[in-house]
Amino acid sequence: MSTATVEEIAEAAAPEPFWSRQRRLGVALILIGLLAAALFGSLAPSETARFTLSEDAEGAALTINGQFGAILFGLITLAAGGALVAGVLKRFQNLLLSVGILTFVLSFLCWQVAGKFMPLVDTTSGTLQLALPLILGALAGVLGERSGVVNVAIEGQFLMGAFAGALVGTMATSVWIGMISAAVGGLIIAAILAVLSIRYLVDQTVVGIVLNLFALGITGFLYERLMQPDAQSYNTPPMLEKIRIPGLADIPVIGPVLFDASPLLWAGLALVVLIHFGLSRTRWGLRTRAVGEHPTAADTVGIRVRGMRYLNVLTGGVIAGLGGAYFTLVATGSFTKNMTAGAGFIALAAMIFGRYTPFGALAAALFFGFAQKLATFLSAVGSPVPSQFLNMLPYLATIIAVAGLVGRVRAPAAGGQPYIKS
Amino acid sequence: MTTETTTPQAPAAKGGPDGEESLLSRFTQNLWAANSVMVTILSIVLAVVIGAILIVVSDATVLAKFAYFTARPSDALTASWDLISVAYADLVKGALGDPEAFAAWFDGTGTWQQAFGPLSETLTYAAPLVFTGLAVALAFRGGLFNIGAQGQAVIGCITGGIAGFTFGLPVGLAMLVAMLCGALGGALWGFIPGLLKARTGAHEVITTIMLNYTSALLLSWLVLQKGIQDPDRTDAISKTVHEAAQLPSFGGVLRVHLGIVLAVLATAGVAWLLNRSAFGFELRAVGSNQHAAKTAGISVAKTYALLMAIAGGLAGLGGATQVLGTAYALTPAVAGNIGFDGLLVALLGRNRPWGTLLAALLFGALRAGGNRMQSYSGISLELVTVLQALIVIFIAAPALVKAIFRLRATRLTRPGASLVKG
Repeated sequence: MSTATVEEIAEAAAPEPFWSRQRRLGVALILIGLLAAALFGSLAPSETARFTLSEDAEGAALTINGQFGAILFGLITLAAGGALVAGVLKRFQNLLLSVGILTFVLSFLCWQVAGKFMPLVDTTSGTLQLALPLILGALAGVLGERSGVVNVAIEGQFLMGAFAGALVGTMATSVWIGMISAAVGGLIIAAILAVLSIRYLVDQTVVGIVLNLFALGITGFLYERLMQPDAQSYNTPPMLEKIRIPGLADIPVIGPVLFDASPLLWAGLALVVLIHFGLSRTRWGLRTRAVGEHPTAADTVGIRVRGMRYLNVLTGGVIAGLGGAYFTLVATGSFTKNMTAGAGFIALAAMIFGRYTPFGALAAALFFGFAQKLATFLSAVGSPVPSQFLNMLPYLATIIAVAGLVGRVRAPAAGGQPYIKS
Repeated sequence: MTTETTTPQAPAAKGGPDGEESLLSRFTQNLWAANSVMVTILSIVLAVVIGAILIVVSDATVLAKFAYFTARPSDALTASWDLISVAYADLVKGALGDPEAFAAWFDGTGTWQQAFGPLSETLTYAAPLVFTGLAVALAFRGGLFNIGAQGQAVIGCITGGIAGFTFGLPVGLAMLVAMLCGALGGALWGFIPGLLKARTGAHEVITTIMLNYTSALLLSWLVLQKGIQDPDRTDAISKTVHEAAQLPSFGGVLRVHLGIVLAVLATAGVAWLLNRSAFGFELRAVGSNQHAAKTAGISVAKTYALLMAIAGGLAGLGGATQVLGTAYALTPAVAGNIGFDGLLVALLGRNRPWGTLLAALLFGALRAGGNRMQSYSGISLELVTVLQALIVIFIAAPALVKAIFRLRATRLTRPGASLVKG
């Protein structure tokens, strides 16, 4: 990004050691596996944990003894870590890692749910809902970042999108016009970001941060001047209805979550696939990546560097604006001041944690969404684990990821650097 | 950006035909040029104009008069003018003082405290901003973009506040210890990203953003814990800071406290550190070109870590000032937005210590005036946020201001960190 890092120095001093990435990951898994088996296992009451396949306590359920489950899954985590350290199954490293993390989470859940129940449908759909704006925001970030423009204004684009969607949606009494305005709202912030950073060469991070404050101010100002005095005519937008696909929606757990859902969710998931395909298989994607990695080389072969950057940042703005529409037109049905409350930064974290790839961002967004959902679930059942610490998870995970404690995240080489044609 | 490195003395010293210019003509030539003073003034003017447009656009009664603008333009124009002039007059009165209050003081019908109330408010709001602004400015000079001033200030609030209501020390010492604890807490929180940057190359923008939200969540958890929460209250508020630890103030209407004096001292300290000390030289060297600095034998890693710790300490002092001088107790929102505002303040002050102080005073004045504008003219305080963000956007893009006002190209390029990377 804007300033060069000192990683060259750190790396030059350390030749590829015995403690390779998988071994370090393995040790980390062994440690958390031990923690799970010992701590969660000893704390968990020996009662049944029920994971119901519905939205409440009724119906079929997966059950397991809480203490037994906590210890069992902890030991599996330990085993996965051991396999990584021992270096067996080298071809399935990522699988081992996923198994390790998954079983750690399961061990934690067994401890927390023992003697209670957890509705799986509610948890999954809640996770998806919380993850949806993160997915869209992270995609916006991916588009900008891969073309070499750092977008830290996702939060501002969310806010602008949420506000514009609510305002125009109400005035036009049409949810679709609301959605379009939300996209335009995101586009406005993206356009300012693009012009200032690409045309006027202002530091991209500086513009992004200032734009967040600008969006916070202007939406807050107009909210207090227009929406608060007359909510009826400015702040009661029609909401985007869920659509139920008959047949598919009857599949247990997945059906009600995926096929009785908001069209925005489908759009979000489709965009992940589309952008992944676009970035890896199309002319546009190749050019975008070229511009983001080595703009001079791209320019030499006739790619319009600034044009590509404008295109990507503005498209990102539209997507992030739709992510903002989630807050007003899908989730709540009205705008309030600073309603995104840092979601844009979690989306930024999801993008980095997902290694600047669409599917990585999707996985990270789902993980962060799950952490948030778990936080609300745990505080609802009166767990001793404070919800604030679970909410910290996305931020801490990102710090660990960028610090390279478990595998280094490599950003596009030209990210944050304006391109000046010489 | 093109850098014209001719010093202002050069033509005069040569005594050639260019050197014939009189001082006056050179002054007038430079006046309408894109020098930093002119850009700053014009940025403020632009922001105020856009703010005025926002005030009119968001007022339904005035807007209704624009409906028959072609028939009777005077109606709409006078109404707009009245609205804007009253609003901005309130802003100025709230920031600097109401002439009527001064008149009342001279008549004997009012007190001097009432007359100086607005000025006291300005200084009260400015004090923590000076610290957080310096935290950002200092780091920027070393080539680090410290977005974490918010988080560092929050940690400073926590440690300063806890020290303030825990230790029963005598007057003077208690305040000193509490301020020191605030500085130490902030320094620790700043040291983390500095260390990560130095050791692993993790980008400080990302780690500090993540630490901001982590600290906010930590604070919202902490104020509800036993030993910290006020035992007589059920809401999220801590015990009150001992009177001995509070920063002394005039009391009554005049809330201004010792913090502003400390802020001026801190500015002088930072100015000395930056321009006169060995470490200041090293950090400026690292900030201008870390590779050259490394070649010259400066430890880049050590400079980054130390620099972030000092910056964190300054922001922590800002947080402690807020708790010990104004709020007297911890709440989840006790730090407000001082860290992010500090970011804007540093950008407006062009990352120079005394510039930061002036910028903080301007922001404090806007904030104090905004309060009066909100209560007297009913115009949301958020307008101030918009104005602040706009000013900094224009400051950050001098080329934009130059283009709008058709300024001459500047003849003297001044040293110091420019926001525009080239």
